[in-house]
Amino acid sequence: MSYIAKPKVAHPQLPKNDLGFTVRDYEGAMSTLCAGCGHDSITSAIIQAAFEQSIPPHRLAKMSGIGCSSKTPAYFASASHGINTVHGRMPAVATGANAANPDLYYVGVSGDGDSLSIGLGQFLHAVRRNLNMVYVLENNGVYGLTKGQFSASADLGSKAKKGETNQQPPIDPVQTLVSLGATFVARSFSGDKEQLVPLIRAALAHRGFAFIDVISPCVTFNDHEGSTKSYTFTRKHAHVAMYADYVAPAKEIRAEYAAGAAMPVTLHDGSRIVLRKADGAYDPTDQAAAFSYLTKATAAGEIPTGLLYLKTGRPDMHELANTPDVPLATMAWEKVCPGSATLGKIQDRFR
Amino acid sequence: MTTTARRPGDNDFTIRIANVNGTGSASANSTLMKSLFRMGIPVSGKNFFPSNIQGLPTWYEIRVSGDGYVARSGRVDLMVAMNAETYRKDHADVAPGGYLVYDSTWPRSALFNRTDIHVLGVPLSRICNENFPTARARVLMKNIMYVGVLAALLDLDRDVIAALLKEQFAAKASLLEANQKALDLGYAYARENFSCPLPFRARTLGRTAGHIMIDGNTTAALGCLFAGATVGAWYPITPSTSLMDGFRKFCEKWRKDPETGKANFCIVQAEDELAAAGMVMGAGWNGARAFTPTSGPGISLMGEILGYAYYAEIPMVLFDVQRCGPSTGMPTRTQQADLMACAYASHGDTRHVLLFPSSPEEAFYAAVQAFDLAERLQTPVIVLTDLDIGMNDWMCRDLQWDDAYRPDRGKVLTAEQIEALPKFQRYVDADGDGIAARTLPGTHPKGGFFTRGSGHNQFGGYTEDSAEYREVVDRLLRKWDTAKTLVPKPVVETSERCRTGFLTIGSCDDAVREARDRLAAGGVPLDYLRVKGFPFGREVQEYLDSHDRVYVVEQNRDAQLRSLLLLETRTTQDKLVPVLHYDGLPLTAGFVIDAVNADLARGKAA
Repeated sequence: MSYIAKPKVAHPQLPKNDLGFTVRDYEGAMSTLCAGCGHDSITSAIIQAAFEQSIPPHRLAKMSGIGCSSKTPAYFASASHGINTVHGRMPAVATGANAANPDLYYVGVSGDGDSLSIGLGQFLHAVRRNLNMVYVLENNGVYGLTKGQFSASADLGSKAKKGETNQQPPIDPVQTLVSLGATFVARSFSGDKEQLVPLIRAALAHRGFAFIDVISPCVTFNDHEGSTKSYTFTRKHAHVAMYADYVAPAKEIRAEYAAGAAMPVTLHDGSRIVLRKADGAYDPTDQAAAFSYLTKATAAGEIPTGLLYLKTGRPDMHELANTPDVPLATMAWEKVCPGSATLGKIQDRFR
Repeated sequence: MTTTARRPGDNDFTIRIANVNGTGSASANSTLMKSLFRMGIPVSGKNFFPSNIQGLPTWYEIRVSGDGYVARSGRVDLMVAMNAETYRKDHADVAPGGYLVYDSTWPRSALFNRTDIHVLGVPLSRICNENFPTARARVLMKNIMYVGVLAALLDLDRDVIAALLKEQFAAKASLLEANQKALDLGYAYARENFSCPLPFRARTLGRTAGHIMIDGNTTAALGCLFAGATVGAWYPITPSTSLMDGFRKFCEKWRKDPETGKANFCIVQAEDELAAAGMVMGAGWNGARAFTPTSGPGISLMGEILGYAYYAEIPMVLFDVQRCGPSTGMPTRTQQADLMACAYASHGDTRHVLLFPSSPEEAFYAAVQAFDLAERLQTPVIVLTDLDIGMNDWMCRDLQWDDAYRPDRGKVLTAEQIEALPKFQRYVDADGDGIAARTLPGTHPKGGFFTRGSGHNQFGGYTEDSAEYREVVDRLLRKWDTAKTLVPKPVVETSERCRTGFLTIGSCDDAVREARDRLAAGGVPLDYLRVKGFPFGREVQEYLDSHDRVYVVEQNRDAQLRSLLLLETRTTQDKLVPVLHYDGLPLTAGFVIDAVNADLARGKAA
């Protein structure tokens, strides 16, 4: 429905954030995805989270690859720069962009084809570098733009729209990333904005690679009976393992939490995530325990959701490279060019 | 007149040393070359090494040329055979009248049976065993010992060698002592047993002042340092690896903030070349000067990103240190066979700006120019060197730096300029040069814009409209015309009425110039043009127009430079005579002379 122009007028009573922006300031162009697509719900969750986080819209940098998911950065934050790169290569482009300027909020949006097939290598290597970015994987188990082939996240035995059964085991991005020691691993559902918005806010505040796998049903090619990525199946099997409440810096934790069940984790900017266990004895800061829980729950047919693994304090790419906080891209000339006297000195070694 | 017919003379001879990879010969060979350089004699050192770390044969060739001809000579006047495995070949390669030095601890008179060369046996192992107690020293000291032998045979200045050893082992007194001793032992043996010096010898000359001995990967790294490159991404590949190693080393020394200790550079070792190119493009999109060094296989992998950066108009700089293809080919041998792959890398209508430095000296300046051009033209720029330039030590004039230089960041709008605009439109060509102004992420809310490799109109919006699509790709052609005026002009040397000439590229320069001088001396004067950049400008067209016969000299099988000329200029097949050298070794003047003479002979016969 992209031929319908979006109205520019905002209601004067719309709530404003700390910077005086309304949620409308975080919107983008009209979506061209199918009506009812899970991706559009995720777009609106990103808009809501960026608004609530009071991020200046032009300080976001939107990164994506190729596919339905990768079109969505055009549909939020039109005041910011975005780059719709080539298929599976967004992590590398994000790495270079981040190397040049650490002082932006990098939000990557990818899909299961983009991240788990053609781009699996780049995706995992961005995790290794602990690249400081939010990485949302809009996961629908299917190739949409090429009309319905299975993706690498399709579950064993799940059925395609035309009846074919998937016979290869899936790559589960959450288990994979926990095994790699990623620093922020979450899963949510496009239909659960209440869970998703705080997760995105926490991801924005996290320093390092913040990954959110969002089950996002494809209404056109993968929302039928026999699909394990449909609205119905996901609603039935999604199982909240861990609630994550985002608490902004300088705000008090007011909510009442049962003793032992709540675990506040402070992030580098002073904000906190209060983790509330929905599911017995499960410590999402313990890599081995998290991995064990996830493999068991998945084998039992559940889709565990929430902030499933969190590790703070691990250095990100810039801390490892010992780079300054100011952007290298615009560094003063005298700081980057050593000058003719130095060139002379260097050449003395070659005589 | 061919190279092999020439006789060696004072300050005009070639030494080849046959070694085993990994036995510590490299520093001895470099000491030998540098001692000649410090005696003021023009010299070049070419390393022919295997794709191996230890055990396979390797050769080092030093050409000594008082006249300043430092291309590979193609002949061996003095062979130092240190590798029993290659004795047979090394023995056969010595030019008639030449000399062969070998370790005669194990005499091989039956093998070394040529009567037209002189075989000089030096019991290097025996002398080492008698003088050095440890097994390691006995292996290592053989190397500097043959340098001592050569010092006697060629009458090298021993004070110069002693000074070089002192510098090299400044921090290791015991090693210095051992090396000096080995040098003296070799020297003494040669003086006692042979008639020294040989009929050809080194004579102190004053022709190397104001010069350095340096390889092109090091100078390219220096170019990146001085051009203000801050982001480097790479995947290790021979023969480009030492470029990023050099950049890192220079940055560690000269780019650390003296106050904060912070690194004012970011080097990322990528998981592959696809990622390396993506990182460079991401950094370029964000306004940093960013580069990646690679070689042919890397260029193949980078194709998709290169096409994106061409179409979405993002600056990035690549160094292709060309090696012998196709496929893995011969990774430690040189070639110029990536010209076509680089010029038109990626699918669709894409063309890329290329620079062709001819030496380490030019590689320094080309590196700086590449960043200016990439940002001015908002497009990838590929600097094509090769293994010969990148990894061998060349004698170069001192590199110069103008402290008044400031980088050309191209049309990048400041926050104030964006604020003053009614609306930012990414691909609108305001002044007709085909280049539209860009904004950097995070600068200003009104500058926000979505970069895409999919069809876009001049305002940056997605399009599938034919007219809008064409408007953008046609403007890219106007930008290509602008590029023709900005890339470095060719080197042209013409004389009146000469209708025959050379046209060459990159590292062919020295060999073609030598060939030209010798042909002229033999009564065959030829004009000269060396292209320094692509797209070709007006000067290349004029040269082609004003000559009837042009020898296009290049180092690949398929005449790729010639193909580019036929595609991109108004010239004809029949006047471009291909002269193609592609065996993996650097070009020699003799090869070029033979090719020209053969063509002239054909012309006479016809």
